[in-house]
Amino acid sequence: MSVLSAKNITIQFGGLTAVDQFNLNLERHELVGLIGPNGAGKTTIFNMLTGVYVPTKGEITLNGESIIKKSTHEIVKLGASRTFQNIRLFKDLTAIENVKIAYHNFIDYNLIQGMFRTKKFWTEEKKAQDKCMKLLDIFNMGGYANTLAKNLPYGQQRRLEIARALASEPKVLMLDEPAAGMNPNETAELMETIHFIREKFDITILLIEHDMKLVMGICERIVVVDYGKTIAEGTPDKIKNNPEVIRAYLGD
Amino acid sequence: MNLFLQQVINGLNIGSIYALIAIGYTMVYGIIKLINFAHGEIMMFGAYFAFIAATSFQMPVWAILLLVMTIMAVAGVAIEFVAYRPLRNAPRLSALITAIGVSLFLQNLALIIFKPEPKIMPKLFPEMNFNIGGIDISSTTLITIGVSLVFMVLLDLYIRKTKQGRAMRAVSEDKDAAILMGVNVNRTVSLTFALGSALGALGGILYSVAYIQIYPTMGVMPGLKAFIAAVLGGIGIVPGAMLGGFIIGMVETLTKAYLSTTWADAIVFAILIIVLLFKPTGILGKNTREKV
Amino acid sequence: MDKNKRRTYIINAIAITALYLAFFILIQTKTMNKYLIGIAILTCIMIIMAMSLNIVAGFLGEMALGHAGFMAIGAYSSASFSIALFNTGVGLPDLVVLILAMIVGGTVAGIFGILIGTPTLRLRGDYLGIVTIGFSEIIRIFFVNFQPTGGAAGLTGITRLVNFNNAYWITIVIAILIFTFGRSKHGRAIISIREDEIASESAGVPTTRFKVLAFSLAAFFGGMGGALYAHYLAFLEPSKFNFMFSIEMFVIVVLGGLGSLTGSIISAIVLTVLPEMLRGFAQYRLLVYSLVLIIMMIFRPQGIFGRTEFSLTGAIDLLILRKNTKNSVDGGEA
Repeated sequence: MSVLSAKNITIQFGGLTAVDQFNLNLERHELVGLIGPNGAGKTTIFNMLTGVYVPTKGEITLNGESIIKKSTHEIVKLGASRTFQNIRLFKDLTAIENVKIAYHNFIDYNLIQGMFRTKKFWTEEKKAQDKCMKLLDIFNMGGYANTLAKNLPYGQQRRLEIARALASEPKVLMLDEPAAGMNPNETAELMETIHFIREKFDITILLIEHDMKLVMGICERIVVVDYGKTIAEGTPDKIKNNPEVIRAYLGD
Repeated sequence: MNLFLQQVINGLNIGSIYALIAIGYTMVYGIIKLINFAHGEIMMFGAYFAFIAATSFQMPVWAILLLVMTIMAVAGVAIEFVAYRPLRNAPRLSALITAIGVSLFLQNLALIIFKPEPKIMPKLFPEMNFNIGGIDISSTTLITIGVSLVFMVLLDLYIRKTKQGRAMRAVSEDKDAAILMGVNVNRTVSLTFALGSALGALGGILYSVAYIQIYPTMGVMPGLKAFIAAVLGGIGIVPGAMLGGFIIGMVETLTKAYLSTTWADAIVFAILIIVLLFKPTGILGKNTREKV
Repeated sequence: MDKNKRRTYIINAIAITALYLAFFILIQTKTMNKYLIGIAILTCIMIIMAMSLNIVAGFLGEMALGHAGFMAIGAYSSASFSIALFNTGVGLPDLVVLILAMIVGGTVAGIFGILIGTPTLRLRGDYLGIVTIGFSEIIRIFFVNFQPTGGAAGLTGITRLVNFNNAYWITIVIAILIFTFGRSKHGRAIISIREDEIASESAGVPTTRFKVLAFSLAAFFGGMGGALYAHYLAFLEPSKFNFMFSIEMFVIVVLGGLGSLTGSIISAIVLTVLPEMLRGFAQYRLLVYSLVLIIMMIFRPQGIFGRTEFSLTGAIDLLILRKNTKNSVDGGEA
């Protein structure tokens, strides 16, 4: 069953075509990698899939519903969430507060109930605290719950971003270079974490990465883009030996 | 028809003054992305110093202009050095609040030094009235518009043709690249403040000749309007400030003449809001997009 | 509610009541004369203005430089309401009229907050700041020209409904509500927008809606402050609600710390009381004030408290902790 599908999406900035007729179909539970040299348009594709940019042409559907005209937060409510290449945490909020923001739509009390602290406020806040704490525990970050995000070590910050992205209970999770800046041990840990969350939360994962060990290690399917166009698609083995792909990365 | 043309001339008069002041705002914003709230006070002090030069020293007009513009140029450079340079890399909000602080400080300084009672600016220019095609134009008006245009043209030539002018444009566009190209950013910023303040002071002198009264808070409203003019024309773009100044001057004068004096200011603010909501880069501005 | 929170609430409640009793005694024994009481009431009003402004300037992190406009709307609409109410001859207790007037003032201001905020909050930073100045000035000029509320000459005939008692407790209630708002999911959402709007949107927060919420809530409480002002002064003049007044409120919030509600309270108290005490140096006070502002921005731009709150319980704990350490060092167990 197709969870996310992009059909011939194209985007132009002024005279430059950044992404040209990109196609992607994510089936439920898949773990797909999106790779390509720098500037190939990968993050731009992410931005289109999450409503940050509106494609000039093409169609995107999430769980069968068209999301092209929808705003980012609506798309998140429909079940897609993402992390960012350069980590976008809420620096002056604690780790658990960061996660609670993404859990926002599941906390059910209104403005008045919040200001007057009715019973609903207390029960819903407790629910949020428990749920978000559990999420942090999965990432072994329970002890950091009340640390300000800006004071967390780099590796923890990356994990927190993923934890936060999971708090909105997405069906599709898009990770933008989750292993950036990690050493081999951390990367191996990340690979396990990604596998684990895919199983535990029953979600579909799309990730952008430059770390080939991670990509080849966990992705079931890989899409390769260069200059905004798909140049190859297939299993890791096929992609490894694809001459087009090699040329894109290493030049002629 | 004559009444209309008369108002147009009046509009050009105040418009050229707004343009002179607006240039100061736009150059500073262009180069360090700061709204120099204190610029109105530069204008005000320019008027006061001209007053002193005229009344206590009986200096000739050309000497007054030269002296006061030089003094205020130095003052502008000093203010930048003391209050804004330390915050060059601070968040914009801090710099803005500091600018507000400098503005308040200068207003109150003037209040203490010169006292709140308005001073009367003597006639600096020879008084003559011309009647061209049924319209009354005073020599003061002609000189105001003329002097303003001359200085605006000079500034435009300076920015476009000289090395320092190019440096100013370079720093406005990309400070880091300019540094790599060997531009001395500090000196360029100081120069910008010097030129902007000189023109602002000139605007203050011309304003006080036209409106006669000089008082410590005289810079607040014209300063705000000149700033709106800069935004209207395209903030950071010098020809934009000139264009914006004339437009605001026209709108204000025509509104006062045909609609109502009290609503004139409100309409000027309304223009500001409409411009910012629909074309924030101003009339001569370009469109930009944020990268995610 | 856990044990620690309960303890905090009790300590705060005791402190608030004790403070009130202190003032009560001072007033009853005539130690505080009319002049000083007036300053106290004005301080309460400025606390409300600063805290309400902090919702936009601190929580949301946007430069709102037109808060005086909302105060004006609240002041004039509440005054018109109470004048009309008294004219109908309906006999209601003063406190009830005051509360009703405040709700009217707050609501009208809040509605304008939504109207102005919706288009304006598409802008950011400097531009947003300028537009708020523009709207505030238009509001002021409107009241200068609007004859039904007295125009430039001002609105008289407002019944003085405010005294120190109701001013104090109303301020406490509003302060508590703004506090609880800040710590609710709505407050959190707004803060997340300040931290990173794109990330906030990507976490599922409808950012436009919440920006307008912050703006209109600030306008609502600011309007209530205006209502208190109108019913204390018993006279309104549009020239008071000018750009300078907006700047004063903004400076109070900045010096206290953008995002710190306790900072706003303390800053409002200091910056309202101090100038009054230094009346002898009246002409120098604004000069010194602006110098302090400049120096603060250069050396401590985050204000006194930054984004943190001063916690009475925390301060007490610190004192108790120190005392315990001292004991064990001095005496110690064998």
